Amino acid sequence: MKGEMKELKFTVNGKPYELKVKPETLLVDLLRQELKLTGTKVGCLDSACGACTVNIDGKAVRSCSVLALQANGHEVTTIEGVADGDELHPIQQAMIDHGAIECGFCTPGMVMSARALLAESPDPTREEVKEAIQGNLCADAGYVKYIEAIEIAAKEIRGGK
Amino acid sequence: MLAAFEYFAPKTVEEALSLLSKYKDKAKMIAGGQSMLVVMKQRLLTPEYLIDIKGLTALDYIKYDEKQGLRIGALTIHRAIEKSPDIQKHFGVLSEMEGNLATIQTRNWGTIGGNLCHSDPAGDPATVFIVLKARFKLASSGKERIIEAEDFSTDYLEADLKPNEMLIEIQVPNPPPHTGTAYEKLMVMKGDMGVVGAAVSITLDSKGGCQDARIALSNAASIPLRAKKAEKVLIGKTINDGLLTEAGEVAATEADPPNDVHGSAEYRREMVKVFVKRVARLALEKTKAAR
Repeated sequence: MKGEMKELKFTVNGKPYELKVKPETLLVDLLRQELKLTGTKVGCLDSACGACTVNIDGKAVRSCSVLALQANGHEVTTIEGVADGDELHPIQQAMIDHGAIECGFCTPGMVMSARALLAESPDPTREEVKEAIQGNLCADAGYVKYIEAIEIAAKEIRGGK
Repeated sequence: MLAAFEYFAPKTVEEALSLLSKYKDKAKMIAGGQSMLVVMKQRLLTPEYLIDIKGLTALDYIKYDEKQGLRIGALTIHRAIEKSPDIQKHFGVLSEMEGNLATIQTRNWGTIGGNLCHSDPAGDPATVFIVLKARFKLASSGKERIIEAEDFSTDYLEADLKPNEMLIEIQVPNPPPHTGTAYEKLMVMKGDMGVVGAAVSITLDSKGGCQDARIALSNAASIPLRAKKAEKVLIGKTINDGLLTEAGEVAATEADPPNDVHGSAEYRREMVKVFVKRVARLALEKTKAAR
């Protein structure tokens, strides 16, 4: 039947969920409206701005361009799941220390793109850093500080090497 | 935002095909949905039944064989094609094309089969597969057929895909010796949709003449367009700059480009000339590196 709720089993920030979901629900709407994880931002809802970037199985994906049901069986991480308790993730800390923050709207998406990059490539070249955040628009054009902060965080995670 | 639909997530290809043959044109398949959700949000597409095949891991593979060539499962994500060592080694043009296909986020979730079935003439993979002489394997319940890549798109967002059929595999033959293939597109920003693009494959004979050439254009017509007249300019000749300019000019006359906010038809025709020449030169360079 049209609009019939379907079961969704997945984990968000390490916590397992079993929900009934309307099939037309986008992942970003489920995260923000049902799970109240509003750290993930909605910019364009049109797969252009990258503000809604989350990690699915560790990879950067736009949550406005995935059906919530497509996350079935997957591990989703949002900006709320990045810090370790009260201790910020090195990417978050580096962005604060380095002033890579601007108005903050694109920041959660930037962190999620950077997190996926550093998981795959702990010692990225500048080109790789740029490529990782090429799909995250910053209306303040604060790109240089973001790039530098991600490089600082990468070094921190590698133990200063 | 999206119109309501009934949702299915089949576990096997057979199950997906039987759902398709049951609901036919009232149903649509969704893979990564990176293009499809855009048109669903605009309500240009409002399927009654949505068959979600993204989870069909049986169609997520890249297989390379020295004799048979390359086989890519339709549900392989773009990023996997870009990063595949076999593809980087034997079909470098595919990896290069994928690197600029879209942003990383899109490449991490979008699939090669979804891209091809969306049949957007601005899509990059179709033109590259055309010059690589690829074939697509389509399946319906109990049946399979093979179609040449160049015959797959029939019109803007339309493909030669019956309501009960799905794309399951892309087959790319090993190119003959001394073949070079390249693809480039005009981008405003890296990873953007191309304003226009050109794919060129050139095979040289033992004396360095052009034995075979294939040229295809993206976003220059209502389908990914094979520029056959431009190919004829090169085949059987010793390629020089003048001949490449001529091939570009001929390709521009074959193009029937759209007139839109990204570029006028006239501008696109000019860019076809530039890109055919530029990309053919790159392909020629690559023939030297090829076995």
